[in-house]
Order: sequence, then structure tokens, then C-alpha cells
Amino acid sequence: MKKFGSNLQIGRRGFLAGSAALVGLSQMPRAAQAQPQKGGTFRLSVNQGGTSDTLNPAEASGSQQIMVGWALRNNLTEIGSDNKLKPELAVSWSSDDAKTWVFKLRQGVTFHNGKSLAPEDVIASLNLHRGEESTSGAKSLLAGVEDIVAEGSDGVVVTLSAPNADFPFILSDYHFQIMPVNGDGTLDMSGTGTGGYTLDSWKPGVKTVLKRNPDYWKDGAAHFDTVELLLISDSGAATTALVTGEIDAVQSAEYKTLGLLGRDKNVEIESISGGFHPTFAMQSSQAPFSDNNVRLALKYGVDREALVKQVLRGHGTVANDHPVAPSMPFFDAGLEQRAYDPDKAKFHLKEAGLDSLSVSLSVSDSLFAGAVDAVTLYREHAAPAGIDLQVTREPGDGYWSDVWMKKPFFTSSWGARPVPDMIFATAYSKGGDWNESQFSNDSFQQLMLAARSELDDAKRAQMYGDMQAILRDEGGSVIPFFRNFVYARRADVHHGDDVASNWSLDGYKAIERWWKA
Amino acid sequence: MHHLLRLFVQRLALGLLTLFVVSLVIFLSIELLPGDVAQQVLGQSATPENLAAFRRELGLDQPAHTRYLAWFGGFLQGDLGNSLISGLPIWDLISERLYNTFFLAGFAALISVPLAVLLGVVSALYRETLLDKSINVATLTAISVPEFFVGYILVWLFAVEFALFPSIANLSEDASLGDRIYRTFLPALTLTLIVTAHMMRMTRASLINLLALPYIEMAQLKGASQRRLIVIHALPNAIAPIVTVIAINLAYLIVGVVIVEVVFVYPGMGQLLVDSVAKRDFTVVQTACLLFAATYILFNLASDLISIASNPRLLHRK
Repeated sequence: MKKFGSNLQIGRRGFLAGSAALVGLSQMPRAAQAQPQKGGTFRLSVNQGGTSDTLNPAEASGSQQIMVGWALRNNLTEIGSDNKLKPELAVSWSSDDAKTWVFKLRQGVTFHNGKSLAPEDVIASLNLHRGEESTSGAKSLLAGVEDIVAEGSDGVVVTLSAPNADFPFILSDYHFQIMPVNGDGTLDMSGTGTGGYTLDSWKPGVKTVLKRNPDYWKDGAAHFDTVELLLISDSGAATTALVTGEIDAVQSAEYKTLGLLGRDKNVEIESISGGFHPTFAMQSSQAPFSDNNVRLALKYGVDREALVKQVLRGHGTVANDHPVAPSMPFFDAGLEQRAYDPDKAKFHLKEAGLDSLSVSLSVSDSLFAGAVDAVTLYREHAAPAGIDLQVTREPGDGYWSDVWMKKPFFTSSWGARPVPDMIFATAYSKGGDWNESQFSNDSFQQLMLAARSELDDAKRAQMYGDMQAILRDEGGSVIPFFRNFVYARRADVHHGDDVASNWSLDGYKAIERWWKA
Repeated sequence: MHHLLRLFVQRLALGLLTLFVVSLVIFLSIELLPGDVAQQVLGQSATPENLAAFRRELGLDQPAHTRYLAWFGGFLQGDLGNSLISGLPIWDLISERLYNTFFLAGFAALISVPLAVLLGVVSALYRETLLDKSINVATLTAISVPEFFVGYILVWLFAVEFALFPSIANLSEDASLGDRIYRTFLPALTLTLIVTAHMMRMTRASLINLLALPYIEMAQLKGASQRRLIVIHALPNAIAPIVTVIAINLAYLIVGVVIVEVVFVYPGMGQLLVDSVAKRDFTVVQTACLLFAATYILFNLASDLISIASNPRLLHRK
């Protein structure tokens, strides 16, 4: 039996910290500076969400809902600041076959309403995302769950229909927050949780006020006394408010004004490389994209370095037509990076029996800042290869329902996933609901299933490496770059040595991880 | 007075009819928008199954006329219904924002209306002088610049350079009136700059028109001073056109301030409306639009009544 969880707590970082203390004083000043302090009010501005946002985690989608949700509640597992999987409400988990997972719950944890955490709360919270009637955005992530039952007073057993070695990672997704059940068996979705903050006032779209939970079970977390989370959709207004000191941190800073912002001594800018990436997805079941030579021509026809430099102003890294970012586990650093090569693109067009190719690529600026610019530059890069790439601007409103997966060639964007399997299963699996490029490859599919039931990390690394190569060479998506999370804070706001790269603002957990000094 | 009352009742009935037509137009145009609330909420994570479950839950699988009758019937009975997305009563959702919007509009109106009329009178009084021209140039410049730009200039000047006022209107629930005025000063000033020119120009133009009439000449020949001429003789007759323009601008202050709200992060109705359209929260959009339409109708009604009351010929019509 392979056991995970509590043994993970002393990772490389803990070891390094311990040895540094033994060796000498060289690390002392840094350690002293990194000492968290309690107190203060943290005024944070986020830019995703609206007035109609609810506290129902099944409907969570933007940063307002996610950050408030994680301030109020915990998951069974979480991605730590070092991007490693950490135990949260589960202290440990184990599985013999990656199919039956036993989670041991943390003892002595109480919800804000005084109820003790019990298996029934976990089961009801997870069942919110399962079943016919569920409207959850995370329904597909738990589609492979066959049964969830309690085991004793502190155990939850999850049975999957097929093995999945990454299942504990899945439970760190922001949808799977644990809420208490009421007396009548319904879930309390009013904001009661086990988290570091309690809800003082919830005015979605305007301002949410949170107060520190004095009984929080997690050590070294939740330092601010009060948190005010504001929704500011205009980045100009948010940046000005940061400069004038009316807020302490903003979720994203615009590349264009970063230079000016950086000159302000009271402001610190973070640029964290993460897994957020756009895709230029081709419906590879349809002509002309059904020919892999056409796909390769389009992949060779983009100058990734130029896009990173011009669209992201350097705040990103080039990608290799597969969605596994360098910050993710099982990233294959040995896989050769595809470079811009119009001649090779031309060669592949010829292989496909074409002299030139005319396609139109749909895009909207609502996908990410600079999306239209990126596609416009792509058009210029592809032209020397004989590819006439037309830029079709689509309205951001309704993009996901009317353009995405409807047009033959379109731009899409994906957030970071903690492990390769989650993005592979979501966006590249045969027959999957969100297989946007209609990718269908038998050996990829077999490797994906095999890697899920494999518990040996070395073997899994091999498999995931092979899958990255398959996507690079045969996949239906051009993936040009991974975008950094760029955000800013006042200089008196501090964080630990590591900052998570799964989401902006320290993995959307700045509220409980950061402090003021 | 009896005549005025009958007119009021007539106009009110017409207003209600207009409101009904507007409600139909709003409902139909929202029906024409592509996509629905289920698709917008689920976005990239939509699947046929959870879309269907979502629509069933919200009653979106009902035919359009059933949904319209349910909504408008409720509205007439004072039941604004619930938000499609959060399920909260719409009144809870909009009451505070409605108050904020009226507060900001009222604040801006309190500065801009007296200012505009005063400037209009002054520039009519000293027409074709340097003062008149400066007033005209200043107000016309303010109205010609896009409002977000006016907002940013004020933020730069008063929030960044001189740090006199906050750059965003971060209102707390229990803010005192003084605090509220302090925090909404910059947005109110922006709106003032935008609406003043229109009202001031109309005041000036109406007054100058009247000054060419024989009865003013008579007053002049009697030896009335220039000031008395304008304030006592001309101004009362200029009330009708001025009030009409003021009504239009007041209505604009309430329904047309989305951009100013965005720049100053002011929690008013505009931002709510934009959010709700984007999310296809139809019931909220319909209700907000209907409230806006009602505002327009009421302001028009008021301005008509004031115009008629100010004109004895219309008031005592045979």
C-alpha cells in the first residue's frame, strides 16, 4: 500500500530550512523578514465576478467566488505555495489500486457554526457535484466516482470506476470546498466553513468583508484581522487605487503600465510563471485540419518568442504545443522545443498537397489581454509560409457558447491544472465534452489510462513525456505560450519565500497566506 | 388647477401605457440576445447535461410568453421577482444600488443645476463679452471630452497629485453623510462637468431669444436695469425650455452613468445592468430597464407639468 499525506509535510523546503539553521547564519535575515505578523486590514481587488455571484461552490468560476470561498472553507487537499499537494481537511490518504481511495479526516476541526467536521459533511459536499440534477461546473471531474461512503468517524472512502492516481489532486480544485450539513441533511451554503475567515458581509460585485476566525485549525495561516475584497473590473481604476494606497493588492496588472507601476517604491510587482495558456484549436476531424501536415504547418508558422516578447512583454514562457507547463509535475524538459520555421511550414503544406492555405482564426479580447494582438501577429508570422490566416474578431459576450468548439479554428484559453492528467482528460481525451480540437489518438488514450493506474512516479514521468511528444507532433492545438500571473501589492504586504503558480495571488490563497508588516 | 390635475392623470395613464410597450420591447430584445443564462454561467464548463439541469431549475424551458406574463404580472403587483442566477429577490439586489445611483445623481444635480442656470444667466447678461466666451469655452470643452477621460483627469489631479479625495468610491455600509459626500465627490464633479454645458447653453439661448421680444424692449424703455430685465422679466418665460433640458439631464444622471461608475468603482445601477446583460440574468435586466424607463417617464411628466404651470396661457386654456 502506498501512503500519502502526512509524510509529505516535510518536503524539500522543510529540509532546507532545517539544514540552514544547522549550517550557519547565512539564511537568518531572510528568515527574520519572512516572519508573519498578525493583524491589519487587507484590502484586495479582484477582477472576475459580478453581482449575481453566489457562495455555491458548484457555480464558482471567477476569482471573487474562488477567493472568498477559500477564505471561508477548506478542501480535503490543497496545492501549497510550493506547488506541491498538501493535506488540508484530510490528514492522509491511501490507495492500493488507485481506484479505492481512503481519506482520513483531520480531528478536532469545527465549522464556524460549532459543528465538528464529520464524514457526512465531506460526502454531501462532494455529492453536490454528482448526479443527474447537478448543475456543477465540476461535474465531469467527478464523473469517474462510483461511490462515496463513510468509514468510521473519521474516514471517507471514494470508489472510482477506473483507476486515477491523481484523484487527491482533483479534490484540490476550487469547486470541492467542504461545507457542513444542516440538521435536515441539506448543505449549508451560506458561507459557513472551516476556513480562516468568517463572513461579515457579502456584497458580490461590490465588497465582501471577512473577519479572522480565531479558532482556525491551520497553523501559520490567516494573519489579517479583517479582509476587504473589492471587485474592480477596470484595471486603470484598480491600479490607481493601489498607487494611492486605497487597496493593498490587485489581482492583475496590465503589461502596458507595468514600467510606470514598477517605479513606485510603495508597490511590488510579482510575475509568476504558471500554467495559464491560450490555444489556437483546430477541429482536427474536419478538413483541412484532418491532415496532420496542415496542423504541423500551422504549428511551425508561429513565432512564439516574438509573441512572448511583444504580447506578454516578456511575462511568459514559450510553449511546445502541449499544455504541460514547466511549473507542473511530469513536465518533460528533454522534449525539443519547436521553433518558428516558415520553410518547414511550407514543406508540410506541400506534403499535404497544398501550395497555400487560407483559414480564419476566431479570437476575442475577452479571452486574455492581448489575444487579438497575438492572432494578428500570428497572421504576419504565417504569411511567409504561404498561409493566409484571417483574423476573425468575435464578441466576447457569448464566445464560449457560440464560437468555442463551433468554429473550425478558434482561440481558447485554459487555466493551470495541478497535474497533466487533469488537462489531458478535460481537453484532449477522445469523446470528452471539452475536447476542443477533436483530438483522437489511440496511443495517447491508452497512455492516459495507463498513467492513471500507475503509482510509480518514474514510470508515470515516462508516460507523460510520451504524451507531451504526441501532442506536440500530432495534436490539434497550436499552444504558443504560457502566460505569467502578473499582479501587484503594496510593499508593506508580505508573503513567504514561495508563491504558488496555479492561480494568481498565491494560488488564490493570498488571504490566508499573506500578512502585513 | 383642475385642468392641471386632469392633465396629470392623463399623462400618467399614457406613461403606464408607454411602460407596457417598453416592457415588451425590453423582453423581446433580450430574447434576441444570443445565448442564455445557463450558457453564460457555466461558460467553458458547460455540458449538455448540466445546461439542461440548469435550465430546468430556472424555468427557462418554459415558452417566452409564459415567462413574460409571469414577470410583468409580478412587476405590476410590486413583485420584482428573483434573480435568475443568485435566486435572491431582485429588490434586495438593487435597492442599495438604486439608492447609490439616486444619491450620486442628486449630488451631481445639486451642484450642476444651480451652477448651469447661474452661468447661463450670467453669460446672457454679459453676452458677447470675454466672460461669456470663457464660460462657453470652458463648459463646451468639458462636454466635448469623453467622460472617462474627465474622470481620469480628476483622479490624477485630486487623488494622485494632491491626494485630496479617494480615487475609488469604496463606500462602507455605515458611512456617515459627510463620508459619503467625501467619497462621491470626484464622480459627482465628473458628472457635473458633463451635464452643465447643455443646461447652461439652453438657459443662455432661451434668455437671449426672449431679449429680442417687444415686451423686453418696453421694459428697457421703462428704464429697468439689465439685471432686473433678465431675472424678473425674461427668466420666468424661459422656465419651460430650461426645465425640459434639466429633466433630460437629470434622467441622464440616473441612467447614463455606467462609465463614470466603472472609473470610480461606484456601486450603482449601471454596473449591475452591465453585469446582468453579460450574464444574461434576464429578470434583473428587465427590471432595471423598466425602472429606468419609469424614471424617464416621470421626469418628462414633471417637466411638462412645470412648463404648463409656468405658462398662464396653457394653464388657463379655454
